[in-house]
Amino acid sequence: MRRVVVLGPQRHVITVTEELRLLGLSGRIATITAGWQEREAEDDELSAALGNRAVNLRLHARTDDVFAQDRQLFSAHRRRQDSLRQLQDIYRLRLDHLMASASMLMTRAGPPEIVEPERADTIEQLRALDAHHLRRIRDVHDVFEQQELPGERRALAQHRAEVQGILAECDAVAIAGGHVSTLIGRMRLLDVASGMIDKPILAWSAGAMVLTERLIAFHDRPPEGAGNAEILDVGLGLAPGIVALPHATSRLKLDDNARMALFSRRFAPADCICLDAGSRGRLTGRSWQFTDGTLRIDRDGHTVPASVEAP
Amino acid sequence: MILAIQQLERQPGLDSRAIDAFIRHNRFPLIEGAHVTFVWRGHADAVHLRHWVFGLASAQPFHRLSHTDLWYLTIDLPRGSRFEYKFDVVRGGHGQWIRDPLNPNIAHDPFGANSVCQGEGYEIPDWCQHDPDARQGSMHELILNNTAFGGPRPLTVYLPARYRETRRYPLLIVHDGGDYLRFARLKTVLDNLIHRLEVAPLIVALTHPKNRMDEYPNDPHHAEYIVEQVLPFMERNYPVFGTPAQRCLMGASFGGVASLSTAWRYPGVFGKLLLQSGSFAFTDIGENKRGPAFDRVVEFVNAFRENPGRPAEKVYMSCGTYESLIYENRSMVPFLQSHGLEVRYDEARDGHNWENWRDRQQSALAWLFPGPLWFVYE
Repeated sequence: MRRVVVLGPQRHVITVTEELRLLGLSGRIATITAGWQEREAEDDELSAALGNRAVNLRLHARTDDVFAQDRQLFSAHRRRQDSLRQLQDIYRLRLDHLMASASMLMTRAGPPEIVEPERADTIEQLRALDAHHLRRIRDVHDVFEQQELPGERRALAQHRAEVQGILAECDAVAIAGGHVSTLIGRMRLLDVASGMIDKPILAWSAGAMVLTERLIAFHDRPPEGAGNAEILDVGLGLAPGIVALPHATSRLKLDDNARMALFSRRFAPADCICLDAGSRGRLTGRSWQFTDGTLRIDRDGHTVPASVEAP
Repeated sequence: MILAIQQLERQPGLDSRAIDAFIRHNRFPLIEGAHVTFVWRGHADAVHLRHWVFGLASAQPFHRLSHTDLWYLTIDLPRGSRFEYKFDVVRGGHGQWIRDPLNPNIAHDPFGANSVCQGEGYEIPDWCQHDPDARQGSMHELILNNTAFGGPRPLTVYLPARYRETRRYPLLIVHDGGDYLRFARLKTVLDNLIHRLEVAPLIVALTHPKNRMDEYPNDPHHAEYIVEQVLPFMERNYPVFGTPAQRCLMGASFGGVASLSTAWRYPGVFGKLLLQSGSFAFTDIGENKRGPAFDRVVEFVNAFRENPGRPAEKVYMSCGTYESLIYENRSMVPFLQSHGLEVRYDEARDGHNWENWRDRQQSALAWLFPGPLWFVYE
């Protein structure tokens, strides 16, 4: 039975130690800190929090080594990145216009029987665009896999085998936060997911995001002005049914009910879970449990305890 | 509201010691809500506030506090304002422009330095102050030989902290690079905004004109230098994306004209422009009234407005509301938008100066080159 734990940021409130204890694991823990990029190896504090049983998979460094050895693969990877970047730009363009009308409709006064069907239809258009974009991203990844056959390339195959070997000797996997695109990219290239499907996983911040079905980037308070949450990539799908929202309190305008209602309805049926410091969610099989204090954004845009079932 | 200067004036038996105490116990200019009081002490026939606020009389006379050597002027200033000024102290029919001796806030520019009035609500952005935690980018001084101008030209290159040759970076080409570094703290700003993840790590080429008044108003040699020499040099020697969407040309004042005219002459090369207080003077009818220095500017802007083409996809513009160029900049925004360009435009209650251009860098760079803030969840 799959066991996945998603947590809020660990910098100030460390909960991973207790969750590890609750899982009753005594063996080694494979850690993934690729989201920290060049600082991947600076994991002393993390290792201590995991009882000094951590084995860092060094996915960032391994990927750099693969690309240094296999320039052809590196070039193909860059072409894929270019394609994804262009796709994202076009998606953003379309998204901006749909979001503008949807946002206006969310606050539009009028008889509910007139306005609500229009809102619902606009949200459906948004959902269709998101789904379309996700398909396009998946297509780009598929083309890369089919054309480059990364699993058959010597340097990559060697690193993949080493990673699988380490995973086989570990009792659980811990995935830290960081740069979410870097993290998913390196995990995907080294095919980490296949080696951790049957292991307990503890993940926080960006680590929790990559486990969900869709990577959704969001920030309502960047200096360039509030942006629209956007589909960024395909997730690993190991923590289904939720949208993981690290630092939700500081990154989202949670008190803007209309904005949050649109957010929640756009990504339904997944539950939008606020992963602030101290938040915890545990998936056992197909069932999620959330600790007290962990919040969910309901379909009306209010934050409610995630432990309370949605009506 | 009774202002401090009015209270002083009402003091019975006002004497030199009371004025000493007034000066000692206040900071100048004295900001009291929307009222700003400037003071100067000494013997003079007249004192004027000289400033660069378009819309106000350029010389505003001080009043002398009766039977004293204290001169003062109170003006109303909208919230968030900032402007640069000097005092014109007149003795024996001769005026001398000096900085405010009681105001430690000074702004430097290529012509010297001015005193700075920071009105209520204005704050120097923290991201343009030195941050010891911010990792430092590196600066490299280079020479480009055989340029379109017929001789060598210096070029300064900024590489972001943690620069790696295996990565790719957007490229920003800056007009008046030396001035941006000296007077608008561009290196500190870049280091901080990149460190805060608000701006993507950039490679920046800072150009240095010999005679900007000649080279910047739509000079074909200048455009050739930027597009056919600086740009290829940077793309040969540094890991930049090499696509229009990841190239930006930036400049202030005449540098804004140089940026726009270069992009106009070479459409499709630059996807982004950063134009600060561009000197976009034009005429709908009749002659240019800004003087001969603007003749070529007006000729260019008129031609541009007649046939704008598509110089870029995304344009950031800013202008101070106290600048004489505010009308031209405001009118440029809908003009560019109506021709399909994506434009972001910011205004500030400030003048035509380097600190105004410094203060807009966060919104400009974060919009043109959003950093990984969106992607980082620690």
